[in-house]
Amino acid sequence: MWGSMFRWLDPYAKPETLYHLCGRLLPYLMALAVFTLVLGNIWGLAFSPADYQQGDSYRIIYIHVPSAIWSMGAYSSMAIAAFIGLVWQIRVAQWAVLAIAPVGAIYTAIALITGAAWGKPMWGTWWVWDARLTSELVLLFLYLGVIALAGAFSEAARGIKVASLLAIVGVVNLPIIHFSVEWWNTLHQGATITKFAKPSIDSSMLWPLLISLSGFALLLAALTCLRLRSQILIFEQHRPWVRQLVESKNGEQN
Amino acid sequence: MVMWCSLIKRELQLLGRQKADWLNPLVFFLLVLSLFPLGIGPEPGMLKQIAPGLVWIAALLSVLLSAERLFKDDYRYGVIEQLVAGRQGLFSYVTAKICCHWLSTGVPLILVSPLIAVLLGLDWQSWQVLVVTLMLGTPVLSLLSVLGAALTMAADKGGILQALIILPLYIPLLIFASGAMEAAATALPYTGQLAVLLAFLLFALALVPLAVRQALRMNVG
Repeated sequence: MWGSMFRWLDPYAKPETLYHLCGRLLPYLMALAVFTLVLGNIWGLAFSPADYQQGDSYRIIYIHVPSAIWSMGAYSSMAIAAFIGLVWQIRVAQWAVLAIAPVGAIYTAIALITGAAWGKPMWGTWWVWDARLTSELVLLFLYLGVIALAGAFSEAARGIKVASLLAIVGVVNLPIIHFSVEWWNTLHQGATITKFAKPSIDSSMLWPLLISLSGFALLLAALTCLRLRSQILIFEQHRPWVRQLVESKNGEQN
Repeated sequence: MVMWCSLIKRELQLLGRQKADWLNPLVFFLLVLSLFPLGIGPEPGMLKQIAPGLVWIAALLSVLLSAERLFKDDYRYGVIEQLVAGRQGLFSYVTAKICCHWLSTGVPLILVSPLIAVLLGLDWQSWQVLVVTLMLGTPVLSLLSVLGAALTMAADKGGILQALIILPLYIPLLIFASGAMEAAATALPYTGQLAVLLAFLLFALALVPLAVRQALRMNVG
């Protein structure tokens, strides 16, 4: 049953097809990402009301929360790609791991830096060893580990496989790390948006946040497409279709 | 099982011949522990307070460093290639490696723990808890270090890379092991932390050997 259900995906495991698919998706994703990011942030930063307690400084939420959420989203998509790549031996999925990793690492860094900037006026300190901050920091280390491991092998294909395995190990460990540090120490406010309860945020602030959230997701998708395209070209550079592509590009320029 | 026993025997023989492989981490452990009082100051009260963290950080560094060369020789001489090609015995090899790594690094740490207790001014009760946390925690340290060694086996830059990828995974262990010791020092119940450590051990025991086997296969390619 599962085999036939995902049969339609098979053509996209072929690097050439995926390359062109990413190329077609990229402009739409990028345009939508820029639009939603600009809309969400202008709405959030300029037009939504100030918080009754935190004043204007709460507005960093429109960058902090989306980047934090998608830093974890990027890690799970990376781990899913790694799992698909290792179990079904699909090379493009393994390349996707390497395409997502640096983007996710940057998202994590953004979440940490904006978190520090938010912590300074609210808690009076740039950094506290709070559970969520610590797990986000560990997430950054896990990303850096995956990137470093992928680059440590002279044979790039092997490095990616090993890094994929590390990504899967990390995803098993991440909940354990999260709950350990939560048990250890917590100061961070609870989650603002959860699926199961009414959000603890007014709708005038929620809407720009949701728009910004989708903007970060679209940006992640767009950057992944962009990076995956170059990964495909790097790994397939000896194939005829890449040569043809390069030659036709050169022909256009001359 | 026969294969496993012979592999264990082989590993132990190798360890008997290359004493540096298990003596150096032990010396490193004691050395790091004696650096802390020199750096922070020798007040017994302070040392007692920070002892749980110190012991565990020193333990995980020494176990991690000892794992670096774990697979290098076998990889260079083609042993692992043969095991991967043979489709048999790779799993026994992995479990034998993990067992012997623990015997050669975890057990010595437990054996020198009375010495640590004297150096850091721990009382009888704290020492007992230290021994229990080491007994539950060092096998997990060994499992994860072996995983790190297996992942980086064929990599051009080993050493520091292995530390970079494995140290984040040690965090839960560090939290609960030093948490148990701190709780014991303040006369609070600590069985909860010990139970969590045991859970980590069983969980890692079930999954890590599989991941190590997979990592070795990938490294041989």
